[in-house]
Amino acid sequence: MSCFQTIADYGLRSLGIGERLLPRSDFTLCQQFTLIGSGMIWNLYFGVLALTFGFFFSNALALGKAARNPWIRKPAEWFIFIFRGSPLFIQFFLAYAALVMLPRGGVDLFGMNIPTGWMTSAWAGAAFVLFLNTSAYAGEIFHGALMSVPKGDLEAADAYGISGWQKFRRIQWPTMLRLAWPAYTNEAIFLFHATTLVFFSGFPAFQQRGDALYYANYFADKTFNPFIPYPIVGFYFILLTLAVIGVFALVNRRLNRHLPSNVRAKIRLRPQVIR
Amino acid sequence: MFSACADPKNIEGLQWLLCYLTTGKHIDFYWSFLTVLALLAITAPAALVFGFGGAMAARSHVTPLRLLGKAYTAMVRGVPDIVFFMFFVIALDQGIEWLRHQVVCPDWSEPIRRGLEFRVCPQAKTPSGDAAAWVHQTYGFALAVFTFALVFGAFAANVLYGAMNAVPRAQLETAESYGMSQGQVFRRILVPQMWVYALPGLSNLWMILIKATPLLFLLGVRDIVYWARELGGAKTQIYDFPHPDWRLYYFLFLMVAYLFMTWASEKVLARIGRRLSHGQATAAGEAQRRAAA
Repeated sequence: MSCFQTIADYGLRSLGIGERLLPRSDFTLCQQFTLIGSGMIWNLYFGVLALTFGFFFSNALALGKAARNPWIRKPAEWFIFIFRGSPLFIQFFLAYAALVMLPRGGVDLFGMNIPTGWMTSAWAGAAFVLFLNTSAYAGEIFHGALMSVPKGDLEAADAYGISGWQKFRRIQWPTMLRLAWPAYTNEAIFLFHATTLVFFSGFPAFQQRGDALYYANYFADKTFNPFIPYPIVGFYFILLTLAVIGVFALVNRRLNRHLPSNVRAKIRLRPQVIR
Repeated sequence: MFSACADPKNIEGLQWLLCYLTTGKHIDFYWSFLTVLALLAITAPAALVFGFGGAMAARSHVTPLRLLGKAYTAMVRGVPDIVFFMFFVIALDQGIEWLRHQVVCPDWSEPIRRGLEFRVCPQAKTPSGDAAAWVHQTYGFALAVFTFALVFGAFAANVLYGAMNAVPRAQLETAESYGMSQGQVFRRILVPQMWVYALPGLSNLWMILIKATPLLFLLGVRDIVYWARELGGAKTQIYDFPHPDWRLYYFLFLMVAYLFMTWASEKVLARIGRRLSHGQATAAGEAQRRAAA
């Protein structure tokens, strides 16, 4: 079987499209590359979804944590503490155990029947947990940045008569983003890394549709040879990491465009926020 | 455990709960917290040693050694740590068996990797096939600990490398001008001063290490996650203590335990940080001086 044929059969296997049966013997390098690459679709899906929605929620959390009113501040603080203080692994297990307990037939609300079965599947449940988790981590990063907005900037805004929403929108928020961006890039990278935990925690892989690590583990179990599949996962993730750094560097350049080149914040990759 | 618990079907209420929570398996569950603590106690210093070695290698003047150190520090940045966990546990296991195979039975003619099998001679099996169950468990735990130390050593190497670079260059140059050798500068000036710069990163790493301990479950060790799943699953009437699916409560308990651990560590680390900054020429040290004055 040619490699082209293998790609056609297994390229979208993780979505359930193409050949149903996974290869069982005579594993070729092409099969391993194709299937593991196919699994990367899930890692991308989880990462992009959680980051996109998490960005907005984390901004809200950062503002909440900075609020004077304790009714807003305390919930934000507790949310961040709980999600940053406990392992993501346990959060997955807990969420799955909680979602399984929902009634099978769906919840009746105001005469409408809301089905609940889909929530226990990884595409919804795990994505939701990752969304909450990254919001908490990013919320802490943004809160730290919000606290380090230079005092002079705020005083200058007051002097110009800019206040309230305008002051936030035009002074505080852009500066907060600019200061937080290098740390937020790290967070994004390690969020993508964390997506590999999904199918190893509570959430089962439906019809063997798993992520990259799931397929790598499958090959390692079948061939008793960890030296091929795991480096392939590593290869794909290094590519993904480089792509994330590239995209975030573009945004970073835009955020820093008003500054002289020697004071711009550089993105330095530091492993600080893995879960 | 208690004599009143001899017939669990006929007791109710609080006493049932008390008996339930003191069954043999629950005692095992409580002991497995010690497994996690043992992992932390062994891994943290071992990772520091690995990290120190890695950071020293990355600063070395010998090119191959430096490249090795740089590769070690870089490896955790692009690839998820869990890939290393899954990889190293099998790779180490096979590596040990392969080495023993070369030593124990040198005249074994068949190939080790045959198709889908990895087969060494029976004498080289590690641990040997007839070993007791606890030997297998200890061996598995040791492999897991070594893997943790290796991966977290790479994280620690990152932190220590940064901290070594953060020590003001003038300090080292002064030492050199006093005629100290490279080794003396390293031992007497660099290492004592770098800790204050390394502490934020290392405390971060400690938190990460605490939160990585549930991965033991993936490596096949009977840790708290294993027992929580085992005990929490629904039990039918054929068990002594039948109950529905209680995994949610077990995991809630684990979550609270982890939150407590991270919270307590945060307090302790903040205290260490205050002590280390005392008298240092940093912002935190300056703030302490002003508060006292």
